[in-house]
Formats: sequence, C-alpha cells, structure tokens
Amino acid sequence: MRQFVIVGILVVLMAILTYVGLDAAGVAKQMHPVAASAQAASIDQLWHWEIIAISFLFALIVVPMFYSLIVFRRKKGDNSDGEHMEGNTSLEIGWTVGPLVLVVFFAYFGAYSLGEVRRADPQALEIKVKGQQFTWIFEYPEYGIVSSELYLPVDRQVVLKMESTDVIHSFWVPEFRVKQDVVPGRVTEYRITPTLEGSYKVRCAELCGTSHAYMESPVIVTSQVKYDAWLVEQQALAAAAQTPEGQGQRLAVSNGCIGCHSIDGSPLTGPTWFGLFGSERQFADGTSAVADEAYITNSILNPTEQVVQGFAPVMPPYTLTDEEIANLIAYIKTLK
Amino acid sequence: MKRFFSSALSLGLLWQFLGTLLGAGLVTGIRALMGLSITDTFFFTEPAWVMGGFTGAIAFLFGSGAVSDWMKWARGIDTPDHHEDHHTGWEKYVNVSLDHKVIGIQYTIVALLLISIGGLFALIFRTELAWSELQFLTVDIKLFGQNGPQLYNTLMSLHGMIMIVSILLGIAGIINYAVPLLLGAMDMAFPRLNAFSFWVSVPAAVLLLMSLFLGGFDTGWTGYPPLSVRAPVGMQMFFLGVFVAGWSSILGALNVIATVLRMRAKGMNAMRMPIFVWAAIATSLIALTATQLIGLSFQLVMFQRLFGMGFFDAAKGGNPVLFQHLFWFYSHPAVYVFILPGLGVISELLPVFARKPLFGYRWIAMSSLGIALVGFVVWAHHMFTSGMNEYLRVPFMYSTLLVAIPTGVKFFSWVATLWKGKITTPTPMLFVLGGIIVFLLGGLSGPPNATVSTDLHLHDTYFIVGHFHDTIFGGFVFPFFAAIYYWFPKATGRRMSETLGKWHFWLMTPSFFVLTFGMMYIGLIGMRRRIVDFDPALGIDTAHMILTIAGYLIGVSVLVFFYNFFNSIKNGEKAEGNVWNSRSPEWQVPSPMPAHNYEQPFEVVGEPYDYGLEGSQYVKFISPAKSGHK
Repeated sequence: MRQFVIVGILVVLMAILTYVGLDAAGVAKQMHPVAASAQAASIDQLWHWEIIAISFLFALIVVPMFYSLIVFRRKKGDNSDGEHMEGNTSLEIGWTVGPLVLVVFFAYFGAYSLGEVRRADPQALEIKVKGQQFTWIFEYPEYGIVSSELYLPVDRQVVLKMESTDVIHSFWVPEFRVKQDVVPGRVTEYRITPTLEGSYKVRCAELCGTSHAYMESPVIVTSQVKYDAWLVEQQALAAAAQTPEGQGQRLAVSNGCIGCHSIDGSPLTGPTWFGLFGSERQFADGTSAVADEAYITNSILNPTEQVVQGFAPVMPPYTLTDEEIANLIAYIKTLK
Repeated sequence: MKRFFSSALSLGLLWQFLGTLLGAGLVTGIRALMGLSITDTFFFTEPAWVMGGFTGAIAFLFGSGAVSDWMKWARGIDTPDHHEDHHTGWEKYVNVSLDHKVIGIQYTIVALLLISIGGLFALIFRTELAWSELQFLTVDIKLFGQNGPQLYNTLMSLHGMIMIVSILLGIAGIINYAVPLLLGAMDMAFPRLNAFSFWVSVPAAVLLLMSLFLGGFDTGWTGYPPLSVRAPVGMQMFFLGVFVAGWSSILGALNVIATVLRMRAKGMNAMRMPIFVWAAIATSLIALTATQLIGLSFQLVMFQRLFGMGFFDAAKGGNPVLFQHLFWFYSHPAVYVFILPGLGVISELLPVFARKPLFGYRWIAMSSLGIALVGFVVWAHHMFTSGMNEYLRVPFMYSTLLVAIPTGVKFFSWVATLWKGKITTPTPMLFVLGGIIVFLLGGLSGPPNATVSTDLHLHDTYFIVGHFHDTIFGGFVFPFFAAIYYWFPKATGRRMSETLGKWHFWLMTPSFFVLTFGMMYIGLIGMRRRIVDFDPALGIDTAHMILTIAGYLIGVSVLVFFYNFFNSIKNGEKAEGNVWNSRSPEWQVPSPMPAHNYEQPFEVVGEPYDYGLEGSQYVKFISPAKSGHK
C-alpha cells in the first residue's frame, strides 16, 4: 500500500512537471506559431486539453515503470523469481473503461471543436483560389481583381473556393491553423476569420512536385480601411490595364507566372523576368540564344525545350492565344 | 567466390537481368512492328520497362530455383518431403532452403540490408535539410536523370517504401524464426511456399531500387495521383516493386495462420500459446486481407499511365480522392502489421527479464486482435483535409480514438508485469524498455492527429513525421533489435557482446528522443512534410542542425550494432544453454537449434509465463514412442 501511495504522489508530480515543461517550451497552451484566426482559438483550446491528458497519461506509465526498474531491480546474487501474480480482472476492466471514457470525451470535444471551426457566416467574403504547380492565384470576383497575394480584411469571415489546375495541393497558413487540400476536378472550401493583422504565408502542404517547397505566397491581413484602399488600387490598376503591357501584367498574375518568375531580379523557381528581353540565355544543354519574341513564345508553349542553366525543367506548358503571348512579351519588355 | 556466383541469389539476379531485357525487348519489338516509338529518355519506353520489370521478377523466381520443386511436381517428378540442406555456413543463406530458421535469418539479413539503404537515404536528405537553402542537392547537379530537388524527392520517397518493405521482411524474419519453435512445430505448414515468399521479396527490392536509376519519382511513398501519373518511369518500377513485395506479405501471412492453426504442440490450446504467437496471428490476418488493396490501387495508377484509363483523372470522370481511400485501406492497417509483432516481442520478453508472469495474458492477447480489427475502420483519418465528405470525418475520429483502448491495455499490463518483479536489464531488456517508452510517445502524440480540428493544423507537417517515427521505432525497431539480441544465441550458439549492445542502446535512444521531439516541434511551427528546403523566416535552422546531428548518431549506433552482429557470429562468447533462463520451449534445448527443431516433441503442461510459481513447468518433453522407427 505504501508503495502505491508513493507512486501516486510521483505520478502527480511527474504529470505537473511534464505539463510545466511543455508550457515552458511554449507548446502547452497553444500550438505554434501565433494564432491569427477565430478558428485557431477553438483548435488551440482542444490542443491544450489534450496536452493536459497527455502529460497525465505519460506520467501514469513512466513513473511506475521507472519506479519498478529502480525498486524491483534484482539484487546481486539473488536468483529467485518475482511475485507470482497473473493478472487482476477488475484492474483490466478499469483500465479499459477509464480510457474509454476519456476517448468518448475527446471525440465529443473534437467534434464540437470541428463544428466551431466550420461555422459558416452567410456574410462571408468569397474569394477564388487557384493552385497550380508551383504558385497560388487569388481572384476577387466581385471586384474583377486577380492577385498573387491574398489580401484579407481582419475580423471578417472569408470563404475560399479553391480549385487546382494540375495536381493536388494543400492550402495551409500555419497561423490560421487550418489546412484544406485543393483537388483537381472539384471545388474545396476553406473558411477562416482572420483576427490578427499581419503578414503571413500560405504554404502548400501536399507534395506537388519538384518545387513544392517553394509554393508559398503572401497572405496579408489588414484593417478594413486598408483593405478597401487596396481594392480601389487594384481596380484602378485593372482599369488602366488596357494597354498591351497592362494586359500582359494581368496575364502574368492570373496565370501564376510571377509565382516562379520574379519581376525584380530575385531568383525563384524559374529565371527572373527582370532584364530578360534581349539578354543572352545559357541553356542546360550547353547551347545559348538571345531572348527574343520567338524564344519567349517557345518557352511558354514548350517550356522544357530550352531550359536555362541552373533551373529545373518543371514548368508546365501553357496554352495562350497569340495576342495574349504578345501582351505578355510587351509586359516583359518593360521590366528592366 | 565461385560458390557465391553459382548460388541461388546470384543466379536469380542474373535471370532477373536477362528476364528484364527479354520482356522489355519483346514490347519494344511489338512497338517497332506497330510503328510506335521504341526508345525514350531511359533507353526503353515506359511500357517496355513495365513489362521488363514484371518478366524480370518472374525470371528471378525460376533462376533462383524457388519454384523448381513445384515445376518438378507439375512434370510428375517427386521431390523429398524434407530437403536435407547440402549447404553449410554462409552458403545456406544465399541458396534456397526450406528450413524456417534459415528463411527467418534470410529475411532478417535482407531486412537489415534494406534498413541500411533506407537509413543511408535518410542521412543524405537529412544532411540537405541541415540548413535552409539547398546545400548539395542543387538544381545544377544531374544524377540518374534527376536534378537535386528531384533526387531529394526520390530519396525521400524511397526511404519511406524501402523502410516499409524492410519492416515487412523484418517481422517476417522474427515470425518465421520464432513461431514454429514456440509452437513446437518441425517447420512452417508450407515450407516451399515459405521459401517462395522470401525469394519473391528479393526481386521486389531490386525493382524498388531500380526506380532510383530510371528518373526516380517525386510523389512520396503514398504515390497520390495525379502527381504519380505525371512522374517519370521510375514511378512504375516503384509500383511494380510494391506489387511484387505484396505477394511475399500475403503468402507469408497465409503460411503463418495455417501453421498456428494446425501445428501446435500437444496441449497448447489458444490461451497457452506464447503471446508472440497471438501477435503473429493478428498481424497475419491484416496482411492476408488488406495487402491486396495497395497492390490494386497502385495497379490502377499503373494502368492509367499505360493505357490511359481514367480511374483517378477528373477530366475523364475519375476521382483522385478514390485512390486515397483504396490506398489507406491497406496502408493504415499496415502500420499495425508493423507494430503488432514488435509489441508481441515486448510482451514475450518482459516476463523473462522481470521474472514474473505476464500480467493479464488474455487481455494482451485479445488487445492484439482488437487493434487489428479496429485498424480496419480508421483509414480515412489520413484524409481529414482531403476534401472527402465533411461529416464522415467525425465517425473516423471516434474509431481512430478507439485504438487507444486496446493499446492502453497493453501499456498498463506491461507496467503491471514489471511491478514487484526481479528485474534485470541485459541488452534485449534495454531495447524492450526503450521500445515501451518510445511507443508510448508515439501513442500519446497520436490523439491530437485523431481529433479532426487539431489535425487540420498538424496534418502533413513534421509533427506527423515525428509521431510515426515514434510509433514505428517503438513498435518495430526497438523490439526488432531486442529480438535479435535475444534470439541470436539460439540461432548461432553464441551471444552478441553486451558492452557493444549497451553502446548501441545508449547512443540510439537519446538521439532518437531528440530527433522525434525536434520533428514534432518544428512541425508545430510550420515545417511541412516532404520539402527539400524550408523558409529561413521560420527560424528553425538551428533545430534542423540538431536533428541532423541526432540522425547521424543513430546511424553510428546502428553501425555499432552491425559490427557486433557480424563479429559475434564468429567470435561471440559461446552460449549454448538457456542464456536468459527462459521458460520458453526453444530455450529448453541446446543452441544452435538442429535442422528439424526438437528431437523430442514436447507437450504443454502449464502456463507459459508462470515465473515465480514453485515447481511449475510450461513444457514437458515426451520420450520417443518405443514402437516408432528411429
């Protein structure tokens, strides 16, 4: 009996110690990183309860185990066996029923939490998301805007209607805590209410090919005022885009080009478009060419034919009209 | 050397090579006649490679002689019931043998070989991940038709599947070696099928490795379409390799079930079987009935690629999510295939080193079956974010959490077994205890993935990676090592060095804790699975460096194990008696075990684990019948 009391006390101490340790590492009361959505609150709360249960169960097994290893260690020269104890039915029933109660509790709580996460606001702002190797494209249908960055107003539920043009991707903003696959041939839905202004990233969480690691796009949560200003600015840009260059820029965004080709010279998955036109291109097969209209057209239609040295042949072919290609080239010419 | 080149292994590999050329050549010839292209990036076209891979695997079986008895029977030639082995020493292990002990060791050796290959791959990509940005797998390099990130994806994907196959072979190794001995049987029920099951896994491993050289594949071991439809021809070799390895698993499981049902010693009723046998039965039931689904799902993608059948192509009315259902219907129960034998080893060895009966034998036995049954209805918990029907997620959450109950019964019973024992901790026991704790961490990190809303964050991150490495190391790797240290003297008559065994344990265990805790931590922060490079803004560069160092330490510990293993075969301390003072029947006779196991049959006269009960016996050897021949 005395031994059970000692072990009982040690279990409680160990459970507290485990919980405090996890809390010190910053992972007990919430998941990482900072929570930036209303949905995260409910998820973090469930996580916190789970951490408490985990700390207790960990102690419940580890303490009697180490206690036995120390106290019931065979002494030198002792060749006898331990106590002949084959089992105890009430104990077995106890540790079957006890966890069962815990399981039902957590399953119920889990379902409840899922309900919270999926709670739909009929006023939610709808945005279309297109995932493609290896970039995200965001479309605001009400405003005629296409963007490579996801701008969201704070404290208002948005529902993302997501489609994929090629393989399965997964939309994950760690700060929002929620993840949803984007599957070819269907529209999946991602509902979130951002609560914290800031700049985050959507990171593709389902392996989608060679440059999967780099399939990240900015997600910016701002005040309603700034968001409205951004909408006006984008609409003005769209309206001004009647010139070939302007059309080309819109195409570059809506086709996801600038997800892989930077316009400022920084290297991404593909070569930058900055200063591209008229430059000398070195190809992986050792040949070279000057980047003229014909080269750029071919690179859009047959991307793996002339692969620039140092880059992977991962770009999918695009079917664009001659006019669209001309507009894109006009846009590329402005980048220098 | 000459005897090596004329062994079944070498002949089989030679035939596989020729068979591959023959099959690929045949398809190429037909294509030439039809006016289709006859060469591609990797010399042959994809259909030619697939046919070649298939004929190569079949040719291996003929070349190695794994099917020659059946061929003789088909031609009306009799073969002796029991092969007398003509080979001695190492030659036994590279030739076809019908002895379950030889086959068990063959399985174990191939499993260890594959573990080292899979581990080597892990170290390569772990090094790449040590720091953000690409280190050496850059886009400039070109190896086997792949640039750095592609090669990373191939190595990462192959690490997964090679480890899975090595685990399947590893458990087959322990089961094959131990189960007939524990039952008091002369051999497995179908010795030729047993040999076939082993030999078919060799060409399967070759096919898997071939994928690396044929452009690789960048899908992870799950091979989800549409990505797997677009991957290079290496993808097909991967599918074929898994398909062929599946035969090994299914037929091996059938054999185990038949053996346990029909070949138990006199008096060994179900509740007096050694507990490991229960685990072997539970695992075999899953392997026998679920493996078909992974073969099927991979075959469907194979056909989609070869014949344009749109099973998973949305544009043709197919459904990419259907693949995930088919795939996980095997691949989730498969993890229970991996861990149940390991948990069985823990239950089998604990009483020996605690010198106490196994606490709650019946409950532990039933919990294995419970895990196996519940395991069949939890598969969609891998798909909470997949876009499947929303409401289905709730019942799968309930069923998944239910797994905790039989698993909990095992943990509590193990702890109760230790309580008031007289515990000693030689190397096998250390690995048993390590296995319990590591598996506990795997078990406790499971529920947050089971409850849907928390899983929405954790899914496809390093948290999951850490979680399942805990379950697999605790449920398989630690017990596998424990089993090797424990049964090594039975197999060789010598024991492995205790000192090196302890080095192995004390190097591996802390490094492993660091590795998996670190994985879970960076996963929470935002480290996604299967990425070649990570965003330095996440601030996890240091963490990754620590993980890489921990990974290398595990590698070093396994090298220590290998040295100990191979050195002890020749130079180990002689151990021909009951080294662990166990009650189990195989330890009641001298080691190494003779060819046909027990010279005298035994009868079960008591409970298997009655340590501490004065004058009790588990088995009694029966004197040979006086009228019998011999």
